[in-house]
Amino acid sequence: MSTARRRIADPTLVAIAILLSLYGIAMVYSAGQTDVPTLVARLYRQQIIWFVLGVGAAYAVSRASVRFLDWVTMPAYTASCVVLFALLFIGAGAGTAASSKSWLAIGGVRLGQPSELAKIAVVLMLGRILASRKEAPRSLMDLWQPGLAVFVPWVLIMRQPDLGTGIVFVGIFFAMLFWSGASWQLLVLVASPVVSLILAFSTGLWGAWFLVLIALVLWYRPYLAEGVAVVLANVVTGVVAPVLWDKMSPYQQKRLLVFLDPSTDPRASGYHVIQSQVAIGSGGWLGKGYTLGSQKRLAFLPAQHTDFIFPVVGEELGFLGVAVALGLFMALLLRSVRIAARSPDPFPSLVAFGLASAWFVHIVVNVGMTLNLMPVTGIPLPFFSYGGSFMLSCWLSVGILGRISGEGRGPADMLVI
Amino acid sequence: MSFHPNEMQRRARLASAVLFLTFVFLVGSFFRTQVLQHAQYVLQSEENRLREVPLPAPRGVIYDRTGQIIAENLPGYSVSLLAPGVDSLRAALKRLAGTITLSAEQQNQAVRRFRRAPNRPAVIFPDASFDVVSVLEEHRVEFPGLIIQSAPKRYYPDGPAMAAFIGYTGEVNEAELASASFKGYKAGQQVGKDGLEKQYEHLLRGREGTRFVEVDARGRVVREAGARQDLLPVSAPPLYTNIDLDLQKYVVELFGDSLIGGVVALEPKTGAVLALHSAPTYDPNRFIGGVSADYYRSLNDDVRRPLYNKAIKGTYAPGSTWKLATAVLALQSGLVSPDDRMATACNGGYQYGNRRFKCWDKKGHGSVTLAQAIEVSCDVYFYQLGLKIGLARLVAGGVDLGARERTGIDLPAETRPSFPSAPASDYYNRKFGPRGWSNAVSLNLAIGQGENSQTVVNMARLYTALATDGQAAPPRIVRGTSARAPLFRLDDEQMASVRKALAGVVQRGTAAASQITGVMLAGKTGTAQSGKYKGAAELNHAWFVGFAPANDAKIVVAVMLEFGGHGTRAAHIASKIIEHYLKVQTMQVLNTEGE
Repeated sequence: MSTARRRIADPTLVAIAILLSLYGIAMVYSAGQTDVPTLVARLYRQQIIWFVLGVGAAYAVSRASVRFLDWVTMPAYTASCVVLFALLFIGAGAGTAASSKSWLAIGGVRLGQPSELAKIAVVLMLGRILASRKEAPRSLMDLWQPGLAVFVPWVLIMRQPDLGTGIVFVGIFFAMLFWSGASWQLLVLVASPVVSLILAFSTGLWGAWFLVLIALVLWYRPYLAEGVAVVLANVVTGVVAPVLWDKMSPYQQKRLLVFLDPSTDPRASGYHVIQSQVAIGSGGWLGKGYTLGSQKRLAFLPAQHTDFIFPVVGEELGFLGVAVALGLFMALLLRSVRIAARSPDPFPSLVAFGLASAWFVHIVVNVGMTLNLMPVTGIPLPFFSYGGSFMLSCWLSVGILGRISGEGRGPADMLVI
Repeated sequence: MSFHPNEMQRRARLASAVLFLTFVFLVGSFFRTQVLQHAQYVLQSEENRLREVPLPAPRGVIYDRTGQIIAENLPGYSVSLLAPGVDSLRAALKRLAGTITLSAEQQNQAVRRFRRAPNRPAVIFPDASFDVVSVLEEHRVEFPGLIIQSAPKRYYPDGPAMAAFIGYTGEVNEAELASASFKGYKAGQQVGKDGLEKQYEHLLRGREGTRFVEVDARGRVVREAGARQDLLPVSAPPLYTNIDLDLQKYVVELFGDSLIGGVVALEPKTGAVLALHSAPTYDPNRFIGGVSADYYRSLNDDVRRPLYNKAIKGTYAPGSTWKLATAVLALQSGLVSPDDRMATACNGGYQYGNRRFKCWDKKGHGSVTLAQAIEVSCDVYFYQLGLKIGLARLVAGGVDLGARERTGIDLPAETRPSFPSAPASDYYNRKFGPRGWSNAVSLNLAIGQGENSQTVVNMARLYTALATDGQAAPPRIVRGTSARAPLFRLDDEQMASVRKALAGVVQRGTAAASQITGVMLAGKTGTAQSGKYKGAAELNHAWFVGFAPANDAKIVVAVMLEFGGHGTRAAHIASKIIEHYLKVQTMQVLNTEGE
């Protein structure tokens, strides 16, 4: 193909990613500008280094063919699972997640968070499994392979514990099933036990949901055994939900409760969310000016260089800055969906969509959390949050997407979606 | 998997639509927070960031009638701490205590102040010494929440001379904050606690300013100025009084530290207070911003009760000074004329029923006219005059003279004098039971004993009416007008004869030793029983109430010496006060032969 000789795989995608990265680095720099200086003040330099490394990695990946990606899937996935398993014993904590074991460290030097790269491995693995089928998954039995492929690393990550990344895995799973052509009824049936888990706290709601589920089962007509299994699973989760709640640690319970109403605990758990909203809200149309956000300067914002970097955007650059950032994110995702749709083969198409869905979950959960639309789960914002592994993984994704775009059918601009 | 391009396009459209709607929702949420709810969040962000440091307003300067300063403000410093919570405040106080002397009680007090107003800096030293301030300035970096603020300090240049009326200032307390009259006050502010400072708090207060300092999430002061435009304090306008500072100081000097008593000097026609003193005195400067326990105890334990205001709070039997009231009532009702004599001449006592009422002079005064009786203060004459007037009129008339009313002087906590209420029989029936008393109470009332105890200021007010035309105005310390009201009605001739008799007291009578060269002084001595004994002898309060010049009075002075013995002692002091005032005033010299 003619595109194979192009120097840059997908200039539009890369341009968006570079803009987002520069925007992000600028915000990491600003996050360090506090009235009482902290170590954060110098982190933007490291972020620049990671950005350069990331772009290099992306370029390298974009040189490799999709066939190579296919070939590397199995070893990458296996290696990821092994490392994630090993982390449960040798993992280290850092920063706001000091008690978790998400960091791979050797000799006290923290190398990175393998879970960030594991996301890509899982996307590749899921893509391979789903692409190998002739037809879209129709029954629950069809889902055991992809389900297991996600479940193993998911369990390992939840054991760290890293709830945020766990949510991303679930998002990837459902998104890729959807992209493979699974019907929405099947997706609902798969998700139904989780819904029961949540609704179990209100008997009335749970009962209503149960009726909806029965109707769905009767309409969709899965295999009898599967239909019974789904209903039973809903009963079981509905019953064990209160037990699970009791088994949760108080801080986890608190986080969920604070999500429902931050003002219940304004000084402690709700503090982050309230201060984040104050920062964003006080930004107004145009913000308080770059590096001049008082909430950030005076340390009212928690983790302002990592999980809560978006409020810095809102405070300093206002609604305009937020709209530009969200616009860039939307362009990135639309472009990725377009690449997925344009890819001639199932595997690269699924991989492209999986990578886009991972970003999507990150963006929605992170940005939503800053406005209390989502619970606080400690999930970073792509290209913005300070962190080497994540910057690297984001750019690896860009590289893969670029490659897939390059091997797609015809110039991207000719395809209208 | 189903991978037909049409299928893919359908899914891509669906995915893009979900994506688009999600972002629209997010942008909408940000629009709501950042644009629609902007004002509310800006407020919260400012609250986060700014702490208000109050800038106390200088209180109004108080002047005497000649423009001399009675109360002013000196530059001073207050030291306070900004803290996000009680725990961090305690920790900071503990560290402060390592640098300067800071007692546990001072620390607790700062915490209490913080609890009352957590958004204001907790005051540690309302009035820090220069030493403390300079030490703290040196260590400023170690205490990021420390605020050293200039705070004007109230000062009374002639403190001890002012104690009876100036009052003092101090931190507003919880009870005051809860009351309606202190609406708008904030914890930590200085307010008038007594005297003029309290009475005219609303005029002296000024308007507090605010300095905005920027703090971070841990309560550390990041920027001391420029975070927002400071609101400058506005000092209150000056307060002009009627006090004659020279006279006041002279009075205080006369009393020195040995005499106990109260003095009120009034301008007869206006009620203007020229001087007001209660001896022994104390230094109100030491009460500013909180009196030390030691000083307060020493005052409180003093048997002479320096904290008890003998000019407006203490009430004493008026004794013979009240005889003028009796005389006025008799003249007013036309029962006697100044030259009338009583049926029984004075032989040192008067037999009423089965009891003999003594005259103060055992030798007796013989047969005297009313004017002479006033001069020599003959008790026997007034016993009979009292009986002639009758108890009912004696009491009702006394009430009309204001014997049961506060004068309305512009000072807080004036005591209401006590006197029987009309009708008299009801009063005595209530007090002693229907058969527990006899008409003999009239005899006591007529000479200013019995159920009658007056404040010094009320006696001064009564004599302003005698010195003028029977009318009196409420005494006023602060300049302004007050309406005069009639206490009694005598014609000019009667007034003249009363004044002549009062002048006779000083010229020939009981106060003959207190004449002033060149000035006709009129007045009446009083030696009132106190009910307290030293050994066998009863201790008496010495009174003198008088005015001068007798026919055109410029000043009325009431002097009461607690346990001071005979009234002549009080007369001596009063005459000196009047002499000082009139000489300084370069009054016209009067013919001593007079009328």
